Amino acid sequence: MSTAVLPHDEQLRARFSELKPALTAQAAVIEADRCLNCFDAPCTAACPTHIDVPGFIKRIASGNLRGSALRILDANILGASCARVCPVDVLCEGACVLTRQNRKPIQIGQLQRRAMDAFWASGEAVPVAAPGTHKLRVACIGGGPASLACAAELCRQGARATVIERRELPGGLNTYGVAEYKLRAADSVHEVEMIRRLGVEFRCGLEVDSAAALVALEAEFDFIFLGLGLGAMQRLNIPGEDAEGVMNALELIAAYKTGHLRELHGTVVVVGAGNTAIDAANAARRLGADTVYMLYRRSESDMSAFDFEYEHAKQEGVQFLWRRQPVAIGQGEHGRLILETVQAREADGKIEVIPDSQSAIACDLVVPAIGQSPLTQILQELRGVQARDGKIVADRVTGQTGNPRYYAGGDCVNGGREVVDAVAGGKRAARAMLKEAEVAHA
Amino acid sequence: MPDIGVRNFAGGINSPNPFWLASAPPTNTGEMIMRAFDAGWGGGVWKTIGEPITNVTSRYSATDWNGQRIMGFNNIELISDRTVEQNLREMAEVKKRYPKNAVIASLMVASTREAWHEIVTRTEDAGADGLELNFGCPHGMSERGMGSAVGQVPEYAQMITEWVKEKARTPVLVKLTPNISDIRTVARAAKRGGADGLSAINTINSITGIDLDTFVPRPNVDGKSSHGGYCGPAVKPIALNMVQQILADPESTLPLSGIGGIGSWRDAAEFLLLGCGTVQVCTVVMHYGYRIVEDMAEGLDNWMREKGFKTLEDFRGLSLNRVTEWKHLNLNYKIVAHIDEQKCIGCDLCHIACWDGAHQCIHLDRVTGPVDGHLELHRTPAAKESESRASIAETPVTRKERAAAFAPGPYPAPLERISRVDETECVGCNLCSLVCPVDGCITMVQVDTGLKPETWDERTRGAACVPTVGEPAN
Ligand SMILES: Cc1cc2nc3c(=O)[nH]c(=O)nc-3n(C[C@H](O)[C@H](O)[C@H](O)COP(=O)(O)OP(=O)(O)OC[C@H]3O[C@@H](n4cnc5c(N)ncnc54)[C@H](O)[C@@H]3O)c2cc1C
Ligand SMILES: Cc1cc2nc3c(=O)[nH]c(=O)nc-3n(C[C@H](O)[C@H](O)[C@H](O)COP(=O)(O)O)c2cc1C
Ligand code: SF4
Ligand code: SF4
Repeated sequence: MSTAVLPHDEQLRARFSELKPALTAQAAVIEADRCLNCFDAPCTAACPTHIDVPGFIKRIASGNLRGSALRILDANILGASCARVCPVDVLCEGACVLTRQNRKPIQIGQLQRRAMDAFWASGEAVPVAAPGTHKLRVACIGGGPASLACAAELCRQGARATVIERRELPGGLNTYGVAEYKLRAADSVHEVEMIRRLGVEFRCGLEVDSAAALVALEAEFDFIFLGLGLGAMQRLNIPGEDAEGVMNALELIAAYKTGHLRELHGTVVVVGAGNTAIDAANAARRLGADTVYMLYRRSESDMSAFDFEYEHAKQEGVQFLWRRQPVAIGQGEHGRLILETVQAREADGKIEVIPDSQSAIACDLVVPAIGQSPLTQILQELRGVQARDGKIVADRVTGQTGNPRYYAGGDCVNGGREVVDAVAGGKRAARAMLKEAEVAHA
Repeated sequence: MPDIGVRNFAGGINSPNPFWLASAPPTNTGEMIMRAFDAGWGGGVWKTIGEPITNVTSRYSATDWNGQRIMGFNNIELISDRTVEQNLREMAEVKKRYPKNAVIASLMVASTREAWHEIVTRTEDAGADGLELNFGCPHGMSERGMGSAVGQVPEYAQMITEWVKEKARTPVLVKLTPNISDIRTVARAAKRGGADGLSAINTINSITGIDLDTFVPRPNVDGKSSHGGYCGPAVKPIALNMVQQILADPESTLPLSGIGGIGSWRDAAEFLLLGCGTVQVCTVVMHYGYRIVEDMAEGLDNWMREKGFKTLEDFRGLSLNRVTEWKHLNLNYKIVAHIDEQKCIGCDLCHIACWDGAHQCIHLDRVTGPVDGHLELHRTPAAKESESRASIAETPVTRKERAAAFAPGPYPAPLERISRVDETECVGCNLCSLVCPVDGCITMVQVDTGLKPETWDERTRGAACVPTVGEPAN
């Protein structure tokens, strides 16, 4: 485990106070009692990790908080961070049958958090099978949710797993990417610590970047799980992009979450309208920027961000400039930037620039947020593992790749979804490897 | 405008409405009763008067259910802890200020003729409109030969009623304890003793629960507890049954003041439909205060308007003869469950309830194709569940995926989650319609069996002369 620590920063805490404060113990019981306890519950089906939702909720209602937490952790070892970061509107809560009666869905995320908070407070470790029950040894490359879930599942079943992460701290985007008002980096690291206690070994600050490194891992381990996430942020490919004062969304987010960026001022322009763009824009507001624009080349109804994220951004005071495209970044007075833009329109599904529609925005920071690029470099090194459109090709059920000793899951396979999808992918791969190993030994 | 006034109840008690406060803390003092009358209560039975007692702390405990407080209520209190003089002085004051409201004195004294004669005279002198003899307090007092002990021995109950009737000028009600195997035995005794009316039921012996940390049952009195008296909404069904038993029995029946779990005009209407002349309320007032009577009076009035009833007498007792012995029920009446697809929200509680709690005839096979008949032909609930746990679900991250995931279909719920009743197997037990969280979604519809009504009584009487075996074929 890395010895790197996150600064305890009161200012950061205050500025990124929790979006959804925890339910009180009693409010949680009242909410839990609202659950109908559906048969073969649609919320459970909608959850990519298939947490037994009514099962854990009824345990909260009865006061069996330990049982509730273990029920959650059985299906989803990152139950604590998922409770905070999952877009529940389009997952479990979106599937709640109460919405069909025009009633508010059960606050499943909040209840899950209640059980997980209580479990953390108890200090108890997650139960594991005796280590060594399985001879299997697996290396999980990447320290994000996919690898963590994979490694945890392996260790819980008695196998051995090692997580290799190039960054200082494990957790992947849970630590470096997710908005601090949803999940604190410190809480992500705390959750990883719980996984370490299951017996998972961590090698942080180590990048697997060559065929040689992979060959070495193949010698040490039976299987290799790829939980690499996506590549770096895409570039705008416009003149002036490398100027000081241009910082992509992931850099900005990682910088504030680790205490390296504590303050912004003036005007910030975020280019893009996905969830990451919104996170960056909200962060800019909370860091002190007076005006934050989001620039999007299409219209409001085309943005990929979740509806609740869009609503939230408006509440944070973010302003939206629709159908605008950046064309160049120039230098203004007093070290400010001039973002040159044009107005766009859609014709036959194609975006075209409206002639003579140039306008410039004087600003202090430009934040490209038009998506993460697919993995490139490492994919070429991967021995017999196929990729398509920058995504690793793996079996949907097992996560097994073209090279039978390589499994994969998470963003690098699904092209970028959510934490819970990565957890599901990691868990499925772990179970498949365990099964495969059993067959091999039988 | 319906008239909800009560006239000449039990041979002489009037009140502006049938809603009385039961003898309990809400009627502890004159000041309280006057506030209750101001709030709209038609009458009040004074907290039982007798030799002042000493109470313990704590005194109450409750049964909460599914997030709802006080479904049932339990107390280990005794009768009034105030002197007879104090209570009667205040009673005179109340009667002076509220001549139209019914003030009933609940009484419990030592089991001697003199003691009862004396208390009857004193309370009537104070202006009580009627007397209620408390033979029912299930705890504390019985150890002293009062209360339940008397209420459980018909001979004693009759004797004391007779003593009271020797002196009483106002109507005498006997309050019955439910803590007896057949409540009618004491009701009959009271009637033989000359009672003018009855009140039922008093509280039911209970232990509401045990503290799982201290292992002491509730309420905790310095590390120990004692059985108490149960009341509140939870006891209404028991009370209704006992009221029905009393009123359907010619040797028991008397004007009856119904008590037990009443909290709304609906509850009250049910007691009146069985034949009660007035109703009494304690727990729900202790929970919410006197103001609940406003809706009780208004609600009853509105319901009577809707039904075209002008006075309470128009519907009093209408349901009494709708209760009969099981052997007189029609065996050839058949209903089956019917699910309204437009209302179903897809919780599938009906499916699991019928599989695990009834007759395995609600299936989730609208998409896979209906299968009727034997159990083995159907997927079991466990198989169904493990199938969906093995499925792969993903977060819909693009607009297109979300549109597909939340696309509206012909029904509010996806077809595969709308269960289907196999009517050939349905026994018409009602279970599914009771668990369904949506009003009017599952209805029980009658099917024509083509058979003439026949009761068990008729069938077995017939069997005595015509020895046939087996069911008539459909
Ligand atoms: C800004 C932002 C906000 C988000 N907010 C949410 C949210 O609120 N809710 C939600 O559910 N999801 C959110 N997501 C998505 C979510 O974070 C990802 O889907 C999830 O983290 C994917 O997990 P993963 O393990 O596949 O990849 P990652 O979390 O990206 O982890 C991959 C890890 O692998 C490491 N790595 C990569 N290559 C190598 C190598 N060669 N050697 C060693 N290490 C390597 C990386 O450093 C990284 O730590 C957000 C994403 C972003 C970018
Ligand atoms: C705290 C408490 C004290 C009571 N004290 C008396 C009493 O002194 N005399 C009596 O006849 N009944 C007493 N009762 C019983 C009530 O009058 C009434 O019969 C019973 O509570 C059922 O009605 P409910 O379900 O509306 O509460 C008491 C009930 C409670 C809860
Ligand atoms: S209980 Fe009612 S709402 Fe639920 S699935 Fe059955 S019919 Fe539909
Ligand atoms: S009425 Fe009873 S037997 Fe019929 S479908 Fe409903 S639960 Fe099953």
